[in-house]
Amino acid sequence: MCTVCGCGMPALPPGQAKDGGAHDHHHDGDPRHHHDDHGHDHGHDHHHHGDDHAHDHHHDHGHDHHHDHAHAHDHHHGGGHHHDHHHNHAAPGVAAHTHGEARLLRVERDILSKNNEFARANRARLRDARTFALNFVSSPGSGKTSLLVRTIGDLKARFAITVIEGDQQTSNDAERIRATGVPAVQVNTGKGCHLDAHMIAHALEELAPAPDGLLFIENVGNLICPAVFDLGEAHKVIVLSVTEGEDKPLKYPDMFAAADLMLVNKADLIAHVDFDMATCLANALKVNPRLQTLIVSARTGEGMAALYAWIEARAASLAAAQAAVPQVPAQR
Amino acid sequence: MHELSLNEALIALVEDEARKHGCTRVRTVRVEIGAISAIEPEAMRFCFDAVTRGTLAEGAALDIVTVPGRGRCVDCGREVSLTQRLELCPQCGTGFVRPFAGDDLRLKELEVE
Repeated sequence: MCTVCGCGMPALPPGQAKDGGAHDHHHDGDPRHHHDDHGHDHGHDHHHHGDDHAHDHHHDHGHDHHHDHAHAHDHHHGGGHHHDHHHNHAAPGVAAHTHGEARLLRVERDILSKNNEFARANRARLRDARTFALNFVSSPGSGKTSLLVRTIGDLKARFAITVIEGDQQTSNDAERIRATGVPAVQVNTGKGCHLDAHMIAHALEELAPAPDGLLFIENVGNLICPAVFDLGEAHKVIVLSVTEGEDKPLKYPDMFAAADLMLVNKADLIAHVDFDMATCLANALKVNPRLQTLIVSARTGEGMAALYAWIEARAASLAAAQAAVPQVPAQR
Repeated sequence: MHELSLNEALIALVEDEARKHGCTRVRTVRVEIGAISAIEPEAMRFCFDAVTRGTLAEGAALDIVTVPGRGRCVDCGREVSLTQRLELCPQCGTGFVRPFAGDDLRLKELEVE
């Protein structure tokens, strides 16, 4: 195929596409149709091909993109192949375009790297403060705030506790937490659907977590987005209530895969709802075989002692692991 | 829709790289999205134009390359390909497959002026 104009004629042999791109194979009674005015938007200007679909313009010509005629064609392939565009723009007498020379920059950076840098800094800061941080995630209405209120009431005599509350709007949750007597910062994400590590960094400035304490981060109620963002916590804890379906782990696998502990909450309601606990646990383990599970009720207190034991054990083992490693002080 | 914030993170990286190399304009942003990552390519495309407005990448094309998922079966130990996170091992039919590739989002390269 002729790839200068896309007609069905054979490909141009190398070197023939010089002199301003004219090539003279014949097109149905249009002999010598010149391509010299195809000033470089001839069918090659494929912006917005940003797809992963197999696109169908063929660059199967023999002159492997070293043609000297003056165009910088912007085809952007999504197929994962990287061809180098060595267009020589020096062809005299062809002034078809004015934009500058294109070049390729190899980058290779994780798009979450900025978030992850903040997360690392948060983690170092929490380590230096000897604060054990948990990031509570769930869908809206699973009972995260009630669970925290109960936990704080039961643990605040033993640990210094601070809380970061994430919600799209309102400071209702932070007020509920403050009513228990511990410091809480409300982060409103506005249009955002999750907390990110940068928001947590700011909240930590305000909160200054106490040594040997606990930090509870209540993420925005959302089973999708918070899975992607490391905040610097020790563990993500997913809260699933029995009033939700037992197939939630299968529907939102990313979040269940990212968590280390699942709390099945509202256990006091189990007699009133069609919730199959065994299926729920099986589903959760299908997504994350390492996930630990506790069945709790923030309302009646059922199972909460096991949660407190888990928190104490994990906080102690993290502190021991950190003490065993020589520490580099975090940058302030 | 975390793709909005991912786009913002992406453009921050793009502008950072472009400035570092003295570029005046970014024509194409080429990224790799893992097939089993929690990122929806269509949603990335949907907000890319809005997020690039007023940046060096305004008007740039977003070129998404999908990276296939790969994982290892925890039961039979074989390495298999994955199209979603929740697949049982196609080799032994029973094992959970722990992903090790196709799970991330990377800025690969830029076409710049």
